[in-house]
Amino acid sequence: MFRRIEPSAPEGGPALTFEGREIVFYPGDSLAAALLAAGIGALRQSPVDASPRAPYCMMGVCFECLVEIDGRQNQQACLTPAHDGMVVRRQIGARQLP
Amino acid sequence: MSQGWDAIVIGAGPAGMAAAATLAEGGARALLLDEQAEPGGQIYRAIERNRSNARLSAILGPDYRRGAALVERLRASGACLRFSSSVWRVEPGAAVWSRTNGMATLDRARALVIATGAMERPVPLAGWTLPGVMTVGALQILLKTGGLVPSGRLVLAGTGPLFYLFARQCLDAGVEHLTLLDTAQSGNIPAALPHLPRAFTGQGWRYLAKGAGLLAALSLGRVKLLRGVSEIAIEGEERATAIRFRTGRASHRLGCDLIGLHEGVIPQQQLPRALGCIFDWNEGQSCFQPRRDPWGASTLPGVFIAGDAGGIVGAQASLHEGEAAALAILAELGRITPAARDARLRRVRQARDAHLTARPFLDRLYRPGPGLIAPPDHVTICRCEAVGAGSLRRAVARGALGPSQAKAFLRVGMGPCQGRLCGPSVTGLIARETDRSEAETGYYRIRDPIKPVTVGELARASQPSASHRGD
Ligand code: FES
Repeated sequence: MFRRIEPSAPEGGPALTFEGREIVFYPGDSLAAALLAAGIGALRQSPVDASPRAPYCMMGVCFECLVEIDGRQNQQACLTPAHDGMVVRRQIGARQLP
Repeated sequence: MSQGWDAIVIGAGPAGMAAAATLAEGGARALLLDEQAEPGGQIYRAIERNRSNARLSAILGPDYRRGAALVERLRASGACLRFSSSVWRVEPGAAVWSRTNGMATLDRARALVIATGAMERPVPLAGWTLPGVMTVGALQILLKTGGLVPSGRLVLAGTGPLFYLFARQCLDAGVEHLTLLDTAQSGNIPAALPHLPRAFTGQGWRYLAKGAGLLAALSLGRVKLLRGVSEIAIEGEERATAIRFRTGRASHRLGCDLIGLHEGVIPQQQLPRALGCIFDWNEGQSCFQPRRDPWGASTLPGVFIAGDAGGIVGAQASLHEGEAAALAILAELGRITPAARDARLRRVRQARDAHLTARPFLDRLYRPGPGLIAPPDHVTICRCEAVGAGSLRRAVARGALGPSQAKAFLRVGMGPCQGRLCGPSVTGLIARETDRSEAETGYYRIRDPIKPVTVGELARASQPSASHRGD
């Protein structure tokens, strides 16, 4: 879906995991950009009709990029800078109340 | 309660940066808040990081690079900058609740400048919720922030200055398989012509020259461009794989890997609506905008709205609107005399108006077509709650005559985006169905929190420490 203008990220650069898969990213990437660059399609499932959803606006207005980050649900991936060691999962359904 | 600030500016795009810089340069204690991790807004996203990237800077072009000077001015001004900060509640009298890294903070000020900019007009059409469909602005943000370029077969569908600018940037970035589907109606050109003479005055010719240059570059680059496109539908199961559309009587189907949609931009309404500012319908730009006086003051005391958040004016005019609001506040604070304010305001407003001469021409040329406002029944209008145009039409027939009633009937606008992505379509469709104007139909009633906030974050709410304040 996307390629980088720069050569691809160096081995041993910062990395996070998405559903257990290692994703190497560039410093300055938002989490959503890092996942799109890695070819990830859907980031969440609609809690209403279970349809797959992915980042749409990349600027914080559509809320289609909601994911679970380090155990915290419903985080906007397009507004969250990618961090080394982040553990990210798909947001399935609405937020579960603790 | 701390009374830490003279003014709080929300949004670090051109209007907000100019407002905060002008306030701080004039001796006011100014706080600038933005949701992003760096200054620039969407138009100048990642501008500081990209200065050292010659290739990307060249692709993004001179109008983008121009933002660097404003960011430098902001950094030198002494304004306090707080990034990665989402505002979720504002109370009249300028109490601003924000969240930074999971921590809620309350700041107070004598005046508020809302400079939250624009968002892209929602484009409800069949399949627009599929992965692989994004806005053109979103694709451009990926280019600006990560040097990400679409690979595979890219289709851009829509119209407007950003649509053509991004197409050109794709060419320069080496995108090979690009198809442009221009949705502008053929009647737009004759309708726009009466606005053309004025567009050559002031700075307007620059916008026309830029547009002509973009179109020339695209035809030289042999980009596939189809005009008069309508009835777009996107196909796919797990992601978008094809796009169907019509031109005149012919139907087409194109396989594709990525689709960008764009039908112009509209003011972000959430914050001023939650505050209770009065809005008017702008027929020329087909959107609601907050009512303001010539300095940008809203209908609420102490609340200014500058830049695209107040009505679409573009980056350069936004900068001057930010300065105008700051000058009015500086005079209010007694930092400059009314005479000095008026003298400077005259120059600032002249500079702004010079950038608006081409606006009516462009607005008319790229006006969204009727298909966008009244999509077929099976098209999803509210993405969050998965509500289709047909359900909304049936609700109207059963007596939901306004957006707030439709909300009660169907839950439209009650998902996480709080109506940002369906509000304009819901108003437009109800207006059509009931044969009333958008102004009569009105808009959702917006309530805070305008960003989700958890009980835990509220419990950790803190006051800003003295060291955060300007002096
Ligand atoms: S992609 Fe729209 S809010 Fe994140």
